[in-house]
Amino acid sequence: MSTTLVTKTADTTATPPAADAKAVLPPAIRIQNISKVFGDFVAVDNVTLDIAAGEFFMIVGPSGCGKTTLLRILAGLEKPSSGSYSITTTPGSQRPENSMVFQGDSLFPWMTVWENAAYGLKMRQAPAAHIKEVVGHYLDRTGLTRFAKSYPHQLSGGMRQRVSIARAFANDPEILLMDEPFSALDAQNKLLLQEELLRIWEEHKKTVLFITHSVDEAVILGDRIMISTAQPGRVKTMVKVPFGRPRNVMELQREPAFGNLVHEIWTSLREEVDRARAQIEMAGK
Amino acid sequence: MSEIAATQPQTKRWTMSEAARDRLINFVSPIALLLLWEVLARVHLIDTRFFPAPSSILQTLVAMLETGELQRHTLTSMRRLAIGMVVGGVPALVIGVTMGLNSVLRAAVDPLISATYPIPKSSILPLALLVFGLGESSKIFMVAIGVFYPIAMNAMTGVREINKIYLDVGHNFKASRWNVFRTIALPGAMPMIMTGVKLGVGMGLVLIAISEMVGAKSGLGYLVWNAWETFSVDQMYVGLFVIALIGFVLTLILNEIEKFVVPWKR
Repeated sequence: MSTTLVTKTADTTATPPAADAKAVLPPAIRIQNISKVFGDFVAVDNVTLDIAAGEFFMIVGPSGCGKTTLLRILAGLEKPSSGSYSITTTPGSQRPENSMVFQGDSLFPWMTVWENAAYGLKMRQAPAAHIKEVVGHYLDRTGLTRFAKSYPHQLSGGMRQRVSIARAFANDPEILLMDEPFSALDAQNKLLLQEELLRIWEEHKKTVLFITHSVDEAVILGDRIMISTAQPGRVKTMVKVPFGRPRNVMELQREPAFGNLVHEIWTSLREEVDRARAQIEMAGK
Repeated sequence: MSEIAATQPQTKRWTMSEAARDRLINFVSPIALLLLWEVLARVHLIDTRFFPAPSSILQTLVAMLETGELQRHTLTSMRRLAIGMVVGGVPALVIGVTMGLNSVLRAAVDPLISATYPIPKSSILPLALLVFGLGESSKIFMVAIGVFYPIAMNAMTGVREINKIYLDVGHNFKASRWNVFRTIALPGAMPMIMTGVKLGVGMGLVLIAISEMVGAKSGLGYLVWNAWETFSVDQMYVGLFVIALIGFVLTLILNEIEKFVVPWKR
């Protein structure tokens, strides 16, 4: 598998890479001036963002920068204090607007792997034959077919997160929202799951909004990366990831351009991490 | 190091596994007590008018089985217990889970439950007799009351203790209200609910015995009370024994049910 490298490693303009090819399409996600305030705490500050259809969009930022809040707003789990967003849906389709892969354990402990993966489809009353086919497919793609009848507590952390991913993909949403899905995994498992995620994603190239605090992960997976400021979270810079697809994670990590891009993003992020720490120390006094 | 290695085979020969030892003690201790009781009764070291020998109680039990009297009383009590469990348990489950999910209902009902819970259930019996009369309904009501509280309170707590992320998942996957109840709240609270059911069954058994002692002509409670009135002490022990046996068997059954409805807990 070869990796196409573009000489220009970063792009700070807000133009999505797919904008030229899919100029006629409206953005899959349009976020306009969204802010979220909890009491005195500004979690998200005036974020405006367009994410193109089929784009794998990453948000990187220090802990507590409101990344998760923004995702929860798009998932319909929180209401924005101000601003609005729209998610483009396929006309005439029954597909749900979004599905979320949550951070940490979100599988129902009382359901088997199969029942968990089928949850979204069951909730929207898809025909049984369809559920069987789709869930079977994604359990197969995530290597979980053998564990279909197991309960989550019988699985390792990596396998549980695979079920979470299968559950979101099986629901066939317009967009996928991923909230640091691999943050609790060890380095080896993380790498395997990143590869698996990319492989599954290649099948349909759904629009993904993926949140992470790992710069490596952002560069490995993303088409475009938004670096968020420390609290309050707002758009600091946009970085275009120039690597082609399909990507081989192991090979990609060996490329000098990969290291350069990671370094560049880190430099930008570093200021924010330092600022976030200063805020915590200030609050402590 | 060498000392441990040397002593280990020896200790292994003399001890059995802890579980096996405990099971043996579980089995031996009641038998030893019964034997002691039998001996003390035979040599008249204890007053056999109050503590008849286990062998004579067993004879009475067999005689009562032969006449069918014991079966009749047992079945009557069990039927009342079963109906009372359903009449009290099903609303308790629905109200408890709904209270866990809905803060408005919780705010409205919780004070009522908290205020009436400390009332000893047995002290409601005169009121139950007044309202429901001497028939079946007063007994069923008593069981239902006893079962209601632990199930309702445990169901509510069980739902409230469900990790919020599961409700987020339900919301994100567009689960309807009914589906949130059916696929998240109910199974999530099930371990706590089962604990409530076990407590409720124990309470129900106490209350059925008490309510049959007053104003009943059948049932194990009546059997025990009637034995006091006629001074048939052997019969009294038979009644108490069967009540204990029912409690024991129900616990075993509920443990099995628990494994079936909560298969995901270890």
